[in-house]
Amino acid sequence: MQDQQTEQANLKADPKQAHVTTQWKYDSPLIACRFDPQARYVFASAQDNSVQRWDLAEGHRVAFRAHDSWVRTIAFSPDGEQVITGGCDGRLIWWPTAAENPEPVRTVDAHQGWIRTASTSPDATLLATGGNDQLVKVWNVADGTLAAEMSGHEKDVFSVLFHDDGKRLLSGDLAGQVHQWEIESGKRERTFDAKQLYTYNGGQRVDFGGVRTLAMSRDGRYLACGGLHKAPNPLGAVHEPLVLLYEWDSQKLVQSLVAEGLKGVICGAVFHAEEFLCAASGGSSGGFLLFWKADQPKDFHRLKLPNLVRDLDMHPDAVQLATTHYDRHLRISRMTAKQEG
Amino acid sequence: MKCSYACGSAEHLTARRRFLGSLVAGTGAVVSGLGQLASAAAAKQLAQDQKRVLVINMAGGLSQLESWDPKPATDTGGPFRAIPTSVPGIHICELLPEIAQQMQHLALVRSINTKENSHGKGRYLMLTGRRQTPAGDFPRIGAVAAKTLSAESSSLPGHIQITPGGSGGRSNDAAYLGPKYASISLGNGKPPQHTTRPDAISEEADLSRNTFRRRVNDRFALRRRTAMTDAYTANYEQALELMRQRQVFDVSKEPEQDHDRYGKHDFGRHCLLARRLLENGITFVQVTHSNYDTHNENFNFHLEQLGEFDKPFATLVADLAARGMLDSTLIVVLSEFGRTPNINKYYGRDHWGTAWSVCLGGAKIQRGAVIGKTNNNGTKVAEREVDHGHLFHTYMQAVGVDSTGHFDIDGREIPIADPAYGPISELLA
Repeated sequence: MQDQQTEQANLKADPKQAHVTTQWKYDSPLIACRFDPQARYVFASAQDNSVQRWDLAEGHRVAFRAHDSWVRTIAFSPDGEQVITGGCDGRLIWWPTAAENPEPVRTVDAHQGWIRTASTSPDATLLATGGNDQLVKVWNVADGTLAAEMSGHEKDVFSVLFHDDGKRLLSGDLAGQVHQWEIESGKRERTFDAKQLYTYNGGQRVDFGGVRTLAMSRDGRYLACGGLHKAPNPLGAVHEPLVLLYEWDSQKLVQSLVAEGLKGVICGAVFHAEEFLCAASGGSSGGFLLFWKADQPKDFHRLKLPNLVRDLDMHPDAVQLATTHYDRHLRISRMTAKQEG
Repeated sequence: MKCSYACGSAEHLTARRRFLGSLVAGTGAVVSGLGQLASAAAAKQLAQDQKRVLVINMAGGLSQLESWDPKPATDTGGPFRAIPTSVPGIHICELLPEIAQQMQHLALVRSINTKENSHGKGRYLMLTGRRQTPAGDFPRIGAVAAKTLSAESSSLPGHIQITPGGSGGRSNDAAYLGPKYASISLGNGKPPQHTTRPDAISEEADLSRNTFRRRVNDRFALRRRTAMTDAYTANYEQALELMRQRQVFDVSKEPEQDHDRYGKHDFGRHCLLARRLLENGITFVQVTHSNYDTHNENFNFHLEQLGEFDKPFATLVADLAARGMLDSTLIVVLSEFGRTPNINKYYGRDHWGTAWSVCLGGAKIQRGAVIGKTNNNGTKVAEREVDHGHLFHTYMQAVGVDSTGHFDIDGREIPIADPAYGPISELLA
């Protein structure tokens, strides 16, 4: 999420004006979404194992089919001409972004089990992935070779994020542990303990929660870890969204960002250059975009979306947001006033 | 309840035999779980002939799509793929790689329609073979197995349940078969409650107390013996045997390497304990694995739960086969229902009694058989629809019990299994 280079838009984002401007419907419930770096398209994966590409200007849709399981991660090459999808089949597939009849150009068996998360370095030459094999791997985007592999998580890896310096990597797991790695040596430098995002329910005998998403503030001051808490009934979807905000340098937990009255889980988060955090929450309360400032635990604004949301990405213009939904829609929201006519 | 026992009646002879057996046992000279009275050769034959039943209860509703009947690349299939098994042509979910290698000992029934989506009612009908009725209660499969399969002279209880938690104790699940066949629960696999003699009572004092108890009871029973006094006596003697044979229930006595093979977690220990109990002549053992009621994040939770289930169960099946116990042990992996093919908005699946599966094995079950089919995306049964009644008949027939027979309960004939159904004959060898 945070690894996209957001351009300074001419328009200033105002979350309080956020509204849905566009929605496209597909045949299956949608999972993950990403804008391409050149802002031509938005990609979304679906429960039919495909990835769909919509042209942002015209809404024309093209299917990418080669995975034999759900795709959970979408990333891009430095020039945006290749899109890299990661699936529950453990494979990374490279595709030509703009092809009308896309075929894989490279396939890598990346993980044993699901690829759950991916993040590209600031210069997009490296791709980090994390999965059910509890490993974090770093790949050369240019040729698909393995550049580094880090082990140390004791539960499935749910989230990865490159630091803006491109030399360090963060990875979060089901148990609420966020490890910081030095990529060149592969060594673990330190760990953020986000165990508030983890629950073991003894009655149901299940591990639940985890660090579902990671985001870093533009100024490098804060690390946000998103997930859930207050989960008395994990199997019944009774839980509340939570973002833990840590001071990067000291690792001190400075804020627990909550959304009062909502049931759900944070499924995506991004820091905006104008110093607010935008997150998507999906759950039994439905789908919401939530907006926080770092100095306040409660969201200063929320937008209820038409359906339960599953992923979030921010457009390079830093004004538009893409969300994927269970009701088979991809929706674009805009953080500006509605235009008349 | 006062029962009019007559001298020379079958009940009297049976009770007397057990009574005498308990007196002998009271001398401390217990040989094995099969009782003191059997000769060594007869005991060995009995051990070989004795049929056993192992039930794995996947509490909450195991998803058939994430286990026995995967539908990859369909609108209902979810993210998991199917893998081949040791039986050519049979594929199961990729979450069960170890069990896939034991498929030659197992069979699948993929066409169950119980039309029941309630936990309680579903559990009842799957464990009794009958629908609940306000008119009365039916015994659980464990009680029926203990009644029909346990050796008369067996000194150990025939109906054991290993639960994930709880403190253990006695249940009331034998209905009209009587408390003798009710289950004893081993909470988290711990030995039965109160089976350790308090330190304040010496072994000599304990022996003396029980000798006195028996002498007083003998005298009472000469003139005023009833079914109730028999039940009391049986409970005391059974409790004494449990104490005397407490080590049978102690899984820590199994070799360390077996603990490693089964996995050092609760379900691993419980499966290893099940093996120990079956080897020591316990007729029926049920192990519960929990929880599969995955309305939310079905795939994450099945990853976790089946990740824990796969290896211990596969190891148990392999061990039963290796020890020559598979032909005499029926294995049943069941749940109260399956889960909806439809994936809900929480990536979950809901209750579904309409088209789901169980796994069977051992005894007279056809190895490597697959009975029935669901349609392409698992939304309905396509071939050979069966339900709980058919399954219960099949369990009984698989262990050599005539499921069309009946129990004699106070002069009334009560069918062993629901007479409206019959066994799945093509599943039986």
